[in-house]
Amino acid sequence: MFYRENGQFKTSYAADQEIFTITQDKWFVWGLIAFAALAVPMLVDEYMFRAILIPFLVLSLAALGVNLLVGYCGQITLGAGAFMAIGAYAAYNFMVRIDGMPLIVAMLLGGVSAAAFGIVFGIPSLRVRGLYLAVATLAAQFLCDWAFLRIGWFTNNSSSGSVSVAKLEVLGWIIDSPVEKYLFCLAFVVLFAFIAKNLTRAAIGRQWMAIRDMDVAAEVIGIRPMFAKLSAFAVSSFFVGVAGALWGFVHLGSWEPAAFSVDRSFQLLFMVIIGGMGSVMGSFFGAAFIVILPIFLNQFLPFLGSLFGVTVSTAGVSHAEFIIFGSLIIFFLIVEPHGLARLWSIAKQKLRLWPFPH
Amino acid sequence: MNMTDTNSSSTAAASAPGRRQGEVILDLQNISLRFGGVKALTDISFNIREHEVRAIIGPNGAGKSSMLNVINGVYHPQEGRIMFRGEERKKMEPHVAAQQGIARTFQNIALFKGMSVLDNIMTGRNLRMKCNIFQQALWLGPALREEIAHREKVEEIVDFLEIQHIRKTPVGALPYGLQKRVDLGRALAMEPQILLLDEPMAGMNVEEKQDMCRFILDISDQFGTTIVLIEHDMGVVMDISDRVVVLDYGKKIGDGTPHEVRNNQDVINAYLGSGH
Repeated sequence: MFYRENGQFKTSYAADQEIFTITQDKWFVWGLIAFAALAVPMLVDEYMFRAILIPFLVLSLAALGVNLLVGYCGQITLGAGAFMAIGAYAAYNFMVRIDGMPLIVAMLLGGVSAAAFGIVFGIPSLRVRGLYLAVATLAAQFLCDWAFLRIGWFTNNSSSGSVSVAKLEVLGWIIDSPVEKYLFCLAFVVLFAFIAKNLTRAAIGRQWMAIRDMDVAAEVIGIRPMFAKLSAFAVSSFFVGVAGALWGFVHLGSWEPAAFSVDRSFQLLFMVIIGGMGSVMGSFFGAAFIVILPIFLNQFLPFLGSLFGVTVSTAGVSHAEFIIFGSLIIFFLIVEPHGLARLWSIAKQKLRLWPFPH
Repeated sequence: MNMTDTNSSSTAAASAPGRRQGEVILDLQNISLRFGGVKALTDISFNIREHEVRAIIGPNGAGKSSMLNVINGVYHPQEGRIMFRGEERKKMEPHVAAQQGIARTFQNIALFKGMSVLDNIMTGRNLRMKCNIFQQALWLGPALREEIAHREKVEEIVDFLEIQHIRKTPVGALPYGLQKRVDLGRALAMEPQILLLDEPMAGMNVEEKQDMCRFILDISDQFGTTIVLIEHDMGVVMDISDRVVVLDYGKKIGDGTPHEVRNNQDVINAYLGSGH
């Protein structure tokens, strides 16, 4: 009744090509961004920022990057954690080795470094696909794990192997409180989400999807597979690299190579699969599911137990958390193999007609 | 029985009055293609003239689709020369053939299933889109103008093929006949000089076939596109093509106007068996 496109006529192709073709969608998303930027800082406490919101934002950005490659271009990667690490360490080195390097420039350069490595590790995709490509990208992961642990230069020869960033400052704005960190991440995520949306509705995005859906036909209409695949690897790695820099600089503050282990790669890939491949929105759903649900279960299970007069031990809670989390993943994949984003679009489709059946 | 070029073209022009038939645009000379020990094409020569509708027919497994794949660079023949506009074409990748203006549709529809009809056809214009990735990322100025300009071209094709009502539907959800039409639209969006159609009417009912014939003839008349067509429906082939080449077991057994080919004894034998 409230959500429908009736009466919204497009009079130009520009209007018809907008990101949100339905006015209500536009209001909803801008409202959500305004809520996240203005209301959330007043509503939640520090713990929420540290433990939930900042990790959620940064991992959404990384998942978005992985989604560009896996969901839009149809290539598979198990090296996302490595590209996060490259982004973080490269940004760190730019900060440490160049005096007066601005924070944002360093982080973007971290992304650029990750993009360069993404192109190199994307080269196997020109010959192999599917599981074989997954194994090839896994090599990136092991190489980076090893390099950042063993080569002292990357960590500025720190004795403990961990690196830390002293002060985050952007144009005189010192980012130290959780709220400021949260807003800093939010700005990045909103900006990159729009960039991702623009890319996927432009010529380059169509090239990626063409390669994904039918590579022979794509080549016959003039798409160069090499350019399409490597550009997808580059853009994806850029996003993931910037997310890695955010993860290290803003979320962790100081970190070791273990922060970007193969677990992280798998986690990001699962976010994309559960959230919805080939959907910008899905990356956020996936990140929310994987970041927030375990924490929610952790808090909720003792409460549930107390309702029935059962005291659940801490170990019991963490075991139950894994069991429930795992079964929910399976449940969602059976109910909707195309991810949470598809459920979302089905809900929107239904809402357009509501309350009428047809 | 092989007709000489001059003969066949003059009779073809006579059989289809009003349709322009220009110079030889693509000349295939002694093409042989092998996959290991399997000979897909053996010593095939024929040419394609500008603006004509050229049909390739033959029984199943005759090498028709392989012939199209040779023309647009998917397969590379071991022997023979391909002359495009009088210049010898080197071994080339399909996207180079696309840049030269050779478009094709597929026998088993090869659309991009996850994308909408509009996006599929827009993809056909990607060779003409010049904005770089940074302009596209910001969706401002040149990128936006370019996108809109190409959208207008695509809408012309959508109107031409009468698929306005499905322009935002994902192609995976469309019925077969409409998918075939979108496939044609995607090839047309390239504004090709040579359009290769691989069984455009396979699996269609009579009305859909009539629609498709009408589109093919309209493309030929309005845009002057050279059309190379593989088709099994003999009625269609005889009605719309200017010249026909007949393949059987990878060899050319006939070449000429529909009338000539119909009366060619080798062709009759290949289709009906030599007992007749």
